[in-house]
Amino acid sequence: MRTLISPSQLRSRKGKTIYWVVLVLTLVLFTIAFLFPLYWAVTGAMKSSSELAKVPPTLVPEQWHPETYVQSWKEMDLGKYFLNTIVVAGGAWLVQLAVDVPAAYALSKLRPKLGNLVLGLMLATLMLPAAALLVPTYVTVADLGLLNSPAAIWLPAAANAFNIYLLKRFFDQIPDEIVEAATIDGAGPVRIMARIVLPMSRPILAVVSIFAVVTAWKDFIWPLLVFPDTGKQTLSVMLQRVAIDMPLNLLVAGLVLASVPMVLLFLAFQRHILAGLTAGSLKG
Amino acid sequence: MSSPRSSSVLERPAVTPRAARPSANLRLRRKIKENLTAYGLLCAALACFAIFSWYPIVRGVLLSFQQVDFVNDPSWVGFGNFTKLFEDPLFGVAWRNTLLFTGLALVFGFFVPFLTAVLLNELRHAKAYFRLVVYLPVMLPPVVTALMWKWFYDPGSGLFNQGLDAVGLPTSQWLDSSTTAMLSLVFVSTWANMGSTTLIYLAALQTIPGELYEAAELDGAGMWKRLRHVTFPQTRFVLLVLLLLQVVATMQVFTEPYVMTGGGPDDSTVTVLLLLYRYAFVYNDFGSASAMSVLLFVALGVFSAMYVRLTKEAS
Repeated sequence: MRTLISPSQLRSRKGKTIYWVVLVLTLVLFTIAFLFPLYWAVTGAMKSSSELAKVPPTLVPEQWHPETYVQSWKEMDLGKYFLNTIVVAGGAWLVQLAVDVPAAYALSKLRPKLGNLVLGLMLATLMLPAAALLVPTYVTVADLGLLNSPAAIWLPAAANAFNIYLLKRFFDQIPDEIVEAATIDGAGPVRIMARIVLPMSRPILAVVSIFAVVTAWKDFIWPLLVFPDTGKQTLSVMLQRVAIDMPLNLLVAGLVLASVPMVLLFLAFQRHILAGLTAGSLKG
Repeated sequence: MSSPRSSSVLERPAVTPRAARPSANLRLRRKIKENLTAYGLLCAALACFAIFSWYPIVRGVLLSFQQVDFVNDPSWVGFGNFTKLFEDPLFGVAWRNTLLFTGLALVFGFFVPFLTAVLLNELRHAKAYFRLVVYLPVMLPPVVTALMWKWFYDPGSGLFNQGLDAVGLPTSQWLDSSTTAMLSLVFVSTWANMGSTTLIYLAALQTIPGELYEAAELDGAGMWKRLRHVTFPQTRFVLLVLLLLQVVATMQVFTEPYVMTGGGPDDSTVTVLLLLYRYAFVYNDFGSASAMSVLLFVALGVFSAMYVRLTKEAS
């Protein structure tokens, strides 16, 4: 593919030299900038407290203490907070699919009266900065008695105009003829959605699913507000709360452990995540 | 949406009214049934939006004119909450800090990813590796990133000062000095978020037809001219959309200052959202916090509206 620099420029001796120098420099720079901090954290957690404070620091731990991870897990009761976070993120995922998929399907294929108005009102919420809704939504959640309940995360997460818009646009591309043919065969709308439309929509369902889980896992301010009970908190909120009192190596181990699921998710679903990135942010 | 089509179908049987009447009746019944099913499928979403989006929008505006203390009933105070905010010396500081953060974040978070994407687009090797590592930080929970960087920033034994010291460069106080604290927060946020912006630019760059570069080259345009007259105009739309998105996102910065500095030193990192949080959840003054939300909305509404419009046009 032709880009900014012409192939002939690249083929020249000078061009080749510059290309390889730039490539190696970029490789080194990227590795240092984005991978090295992670390496530093993973190995830092395995250093002893005294080694962590040492000047100059050691690139490779002098003494390996992998047991720090076990200790950190026990000390911070990480199992409990992992479970809390999984419940929050998994529930947010299921509720978003259960609420947004039928809504998008109805708007796309059944096209009810005032459907466009409904969609417009949903999309209008995208214009609102999330921060503007923080206080009134909190007060509403508190009034409903949802504080300390994961539903306080699940239900507001389902009011996601972005998801509905992405799903609707995908459903729009599925020919109406398929739906009509199934109707003539006697299938109801719900059956058509479950048996015909959803199996054809795997790519967009994957994108919406992954982003639902990642967003819930990464969120901080909302879980910070709705879980005053420390035992119910998610990993992020708990780590922030205990950060000051924790020995540094235990804290860093906890940080690494809390990131592992997201990193694994990324490695497993790279293609979907990167595809969803452009779909999600530009919607185009 | 479907009305013009269905009406043209309805017009045709009008020639044979006897056959048309029952089928029109049936059609109407079917239409009603379809609408009921549609709203049945929509009801959960409508309820969620009504309770957690639409109602809070109205409630937020109402709250901003009320005094709320959860002991007595809320009372109307007119613009009292707003004047209270304007009298708070931290209010101006918070807006200045937030604008500084947004400005710096645009300089770094907007141009650096663009230049990175242009560079990556030229490289023919290790593409998958670059995409992987640049996006990795985006996956980390922001609290993890913030706490990790707080440790890196430590003026004594932190990674950064140790690194700078090792190569003979002057060290910095990073988060501990009011002159560098905000800049340090911008670095973290840029590091954490540039992966997504870079990859969106990269995707946009890959849609530029190669012929445009060839034509420009034949016209004698050098590399910089091609960048200015081909690359830039061709990605203008994506640049604009991400610019708007980034203004809206960075004006709401909270996690980094809350976790890393708590607003200090000397209030140099108190942002609008941090102050809003304090009003609501430290002083329990939900009225003033709502007034602050309303102001934030007014400040950002235009940007958000432009963003939504542009992306709708694109599709």
